[in-house]
Amino acid sequence: MHFGQRERPRGLPLLFGAMEKMSRVTTALGSSAISGRTMFCHLDAPANAISVCRDATQVVVAGRNIFKIYGLEEEQFVEKLNLRVGRKPSLNFSCADVMWHQMEENLLATAATNGAVVTWNLGKPSRNKQDQLFTEHKRTVNKVCFHPTEVYMLLSGSQDGYMKCFDLRKKESVSTFSGQSESVRDVQFSMKDYFTFAASFENGNVQLWDIRRPDRYERMFTAHTGPVFCCDWHPDDRGWLATGGRDKMVKVWDMTTNRAKEIYCVQTIASVARVKWRPERKWHLATCSMMVDHNIYVWDVRRPFIPFATFEEHKDVTTGIVWRHQHDPYFLLSGSKDSTLYQHMFKDASRPVDRANPEGLCFGLFGDLAFAAKESLISGDTNRKPYPGGDRRYPIFFFKKPDLTEQFAHVSSALSVFESSLESRCMDWFVKTARLYLLGGKPFAELCDHNAKVAKELNRPQVSTTWTMLRLMFSDPANLSTPGPNNISKLGNLPLMNSFSMKEMGTESRLDRSKGEIRQDSIHLEPGNSLINSNNDENEETEGSEGQAEYMFGDAELDDDDLYSIELENQAAEEQEYTLPQEAFPLRHEIMDNPSVPEHLQQDKADSPHASGNEAEVMCLTPTESFSLIAISQPLFSTHLPAHFFCPVVREMLSHYAEQGDVQMAVSVLIVLGDRIRKEIDDLTQEHWYMSYIDLLQRFELWNVSNEVIKLSTCSAITCLNQTSTTLHVNCSNCKRPMSNRGWICDRCHQCASVCAVCHHVVKGLFVWCQGCSHGGHLEHVMNWLKSSSHCPAGCGHLCEYT
Amino acid sequence: MKHATAATETIENNSFTVTDLFKICTHCERLSKKDLGVRIPRSLGNGPSRFIPEKEILQVSKVDPRTQSIFEDAFAALGRLDNISLVMGFHPQYLESFLRTQHYLLQMDGPLSLHYRHYIGIMAAARHQCSYLVNLHVNDFLQVGGDSKWLNGLDGAPQKLQALGELNKILAHRPWLLTKAHIEHLLKAEEHSWSLAELIHAVVLLTNYHSLASFTFGCGITPEIHSNGGHTFRPPSLSQYCVCDIANGNGHGHLEERRGNHQVSEVSGEVEVLMERMKQLQECRDEEEASQEEMATRFEREKTESMLVATAEDEECVPSRDVSRHFEDPSYGYKDFSRRGEHVPTFRVQDYSWEDHGYSLVNRLYPDVGQLLDEKFQMAYNLTYNTMAMHKDVDTSMLRRAIWNYIHCMFGIRYDDYDYGEINQLLDRSFKVYIKTMVCSPEKTTKRMYESFWRQFQHSEKVHVNLLLMEARMQAELLYALRAITRYMT
Repeated sequence: MHFGQRERPRGLPLLFGAMEKMSRVTTALGSSAISGRTMFCHLDAPANAISVCRDATQVVVAGRNIFKIYGLEEEQFVEKLNLRVGRKPSLNFSCADVMWHQMEENLLATAATNGAVVTWNLGKPSRNKQDQLFTEHKRTVNKVCFHPTEVYMLLSGSQDGYMKCFDLRKKESVSTFSGQSESVRDVQFSMKDYFTFAASFENGNVQLWDIRRPDRYERMFTAHTGPVFCCDWHPDDRGWLATGGRDKMVKVWDMTTNRAKEIYCVQTIASVARVKWRPERKWHLATCSMMVDHNIYVWDVRRPFIPFATFEEHKDVTTGIVWRHQHDPYFLLSGSKDSTLYQHMFKDASRPVDRANPEGLCFGLFGDLAFAAKESLISGDTNRKPYPGGDRRYPIFFFKKPDLTEQFAHVSSALSVFESSLESRCMDWFVKTARLYLLGGKPFAELCDHNAKVAKELNRPQVSTTWTMLRLMFSDPANLSTPGPNNISKLGNLPLMNSFSMKEMGTESRLDRSKGEIRQDSIHLEPGNSLINSNNDENEETEGSEGQAEYMFGDAELDDDDLYSIELENQAAEEQEYTLPQEAFPLRHEIMDNPSVPEHLQQDKADSPHASGNEAEVMCLTPTESFSLIAISQPLFSTHLPAHFFCPVVREMLSHYAEQGDVQMAVSVLIVLGDRIRKEIDDLTQEHWYMSYIDLLQRFELWNVSNEVIKLSTCSAITCLNQTSTTLHVNCSNCKRPMSNRGWICDRCHQCASVCAVCHHVVKGLFVWCQGCSHGGHLEHVMNWLKSSSHCPAGCGHLCEYT
Repeated sequence: MKHATAATETIENNSFTVTDLFKICTHCERLSKKDLGVRIPRSLGNGPSRFIPEKEILQVSKVDPRTQSIFEDAFAALGRLDNISLVMGFHPQYLESFLRTQHYLLQMDGPLSLHYRHYIGIMAAARHQCSYLVNLHVNDFLQVGGDSKWLNGLDGAPQKLQALGELNKILAHRPWLLTKAHIEHLLKAEEHSWSLAELIHAVVLLTNYHSLASFTFGCGITPEIHSNGGHTFRPPSLSQYCVCDIANGNGHGHLEERRGNHQVSEVSGEVEVLMERMKQLQECRDEEEASQEEMATRFEREKTESMLVATAEDEECVPSRDVSRHFEDPSYGYKDFSRRGEHVPTFRVQDYSWEDHGYSLVNRLYPDVGQLLDEKFQMAYNLTYNTMAMHKDVDTSMLRRAIWNYIHCMFGIRYDDYDYGEINQLLDRSFKVYIKTMVCSPEKTTKRMYESFWRQFQHSEKVHVNLLLMEARMQAELLYALRAITRYMT
């Protein structure tokens, strides 16, 4: 039957089509005989391309230093023939591509890197099977392609930008097609249209040609950005062409319409070197990549996000893939740069979808939580509220064949949406705290006091206490004494100071002693303390942020006492809303428990920095209950107490807060304490905290605070955050187009975009403008102008205001 | 500014003064007497290049609005317009692509921090003793907050950068020796190790600055006026010239012109001969069918011959201390691999090409840079005005390809589909000397070499050749480096 076709005159595609169908039936039947297993053999050299003969019993491997034919047997590859003969193999043997004729089993063609197109006749009796040699191309030939049904017709595509069609009965090409552009990377005859072939180019174009019309392409479209390395016609669907490019995409084009239409697009992880449709599976295609990625993927084009199957055997890039038989979808052959030739069985492929997580989680704008998971996991969950729109399941695509191994794992996920209740959604405390906290620009003690106050007002006594403790721990007595009385006298009910002194009453004598000792010690420490002080001063100066900070934290403009009177009124209202989980564990109860279990306290000291942070309270309240306790606590205070003594405790406290989810506290303390604690915590942890906090702040759109945090942080990785992507794009005020080059003159309309209304020169630096009339100019000029006049300098009559 | 003072110190330390540096001919001495007693910083060379008359360069920017606007952009972006850009202004299309790449590599988001980038630039330029680039980037380095201690030498720099020294050395002089072991050494050095993305960035920077150094010397770029410290770093080949040579024909141009005219009459017809040869090659290509063996030997011959082309007739120059402190092992230079007896397999472009492999690797690890470099390479390779000297409508693709492939040939890179016999036909000896010197040991380039090749061609065409050389060299180095990285990764 096939031999009959060989003699068939050209121009009878219709008749031919019918014959082809018939032949397919027979071969398809024959294919059931193919069997084998996943196997491989070592080649002597890297392969560049492979091709199989029509009856799927042999495969040819070609590369720079290899050109061999292997027989495919049940259990192994058997080397049948080495075509690389001669003592000094010429460059004609250095193959970029190879193709076995699909009609004539003795006929092979190779594309040589030196620009030669060579055909080989296996029927030759001599050792050298070389048949014809065409050296018409000036550059490397990238691809050769036999006509699928015409025995003597061979097409080649070369780096020099030409495609040539050869009639193997003649000595030279019969027609030359000029792509009029860059190098040709692939040429493929259409499987269904007798006269059509597609060519892909290095500049991203794909051209369609009619073999009878070498003067001009029928159609051209841009398929990819960058080179299109490969293309493949769908074996069954007349109009479908798959292309793969350096831009890591595989695209499927419908060519039946007037304009080539992209119908599917698969994004892979590396540039696509080869693409081959899978036989008998309409939606499947196999790809391998040019660089970096060594796997072969089989995609279902309708599910472009996850490969349908993966073959992971190769250790270097796969250079050639071919389905063993044109009607058998279960065998894939591949050659690779790692010098191996593989036969992959489809049943042995790994299925990434099995390992994929079908669970998804997402927060909505208003704190709603959507959660999708496998149905099996979710069913039986009683708390679940069905989504108003109903459970969404992925549509199931596969209707055609109920072969289980050939489908994507049947995953149906259930989507549940949890609406957040009022309380849990309330992150107001976070926002308020973030806004109100002072992180710098004032002496340490004041910062602590302020923050303690803020926390107190937000009904977070534990946090508030922590701040106060920090102040006590790290301030030197001189600083301690000044704000202390002030606060008390001003705000008679400053809760912490009060409670503290009350609690301490019982052990006043001891405390006095210890205080005295603190003083003594602090004399020793004077140089260090003064250093810290000067640091603080420096901070104030260099940052110069006092004004700014006030501006940012708008509420902070209210002075301390004002703030208090106002906030106190609100407090009651706010209190109702707040349920703060981490403060839920009751301090007092713990204290009550302590005496009975003294060891527990010690444990606490080690385990929970929170508890140890409040240790002083604990001691003071329970002076009589246990001697051992006092014995422990006394040395704590009576020996020398330099600031770094507390560092381990504080460090644990910070990690405690961070673990509890209050990374805000951890970071704030970190910033406020600055050098006092920074060295104690390793950089990675700090960076992690900072990142989390900044992320949170940005989600709450607290840009100013987040920037402040970035600025104040001492981690280099964090501070550089606001130094990247500092580009500001501006549009021309005249033509409204983006100004790509300079900020002050527009390329397109050649107008100076921002002219000073006072001096009529171009403003290249700070431009200030009135938001009422949108006139403006140099900052200085406008300032000066508005000192003397209240009208707009442009003369528009607007009464501008400069604040 | 900080650096300027530091540089003046070095001047004093080395007890150099400006007059010491130049052997001033009597003519100039007389002229300069007038200026005695006034200490005004003056630019040493007039114009951006020692080889090209200033007038010609400046004219370009006046005539061509496109060049003009690119210059403006460059100035706006950097706050300066360096001499390299001025000279490249002959070819605005290329310049645009060049500046874009440069900007992306040095300023935009990337795996390396800013001062690292400049420091790597310094390292690379210092390998070729290119004081011009070293100065430029020392300034930038300090500006972005680099530690001035690093500038005392590689020893002062972090260990991570020190480890890069070896790669720098090999890449600059014998890239074919690069193996995956070198890459592994960099990537697996515990806390001093490089990440792959950083390494790619560094490699791109290194190769960029090696080849830029070639360009700088090849076009005789003069030091920037503001970097007066630059003059202390071994002013390029000043010892052989009087200031009036540097003045580049602006001073006593008539002399120059007269000599020029003389030469023209002498060598007229050179261009015609070349064109005739190109035509012949074009025509007879189909008839003459060299055997495969013949082709292979032609490549080998060209490779060997390129080695024999004497790079420099001048003596081994010992680099001055200032630049040399940025690199170690100054004796390590370009060694001709085929002569050394070390057998290095020929690098086949068909097996590892920029378009297919290099691009994908770079773009994967350092997004967008692959694209930028690709555009730049293509721009340089395809740039043509279809002119040769005074002839118009000439297809120069053959000549350009010969130059490109000749340079790759010097690095042992072979194109299977190229007949290396063409090179011999198209490139004459003095041109080969120039190419070889510029690519392999650019610091030895002299004005004589620049003038002695292609005497009838315009300066802009010579700059064009320089661009080709630069890009071809960069690609060659990149190919070796990227191949080593690819091998490491697989």
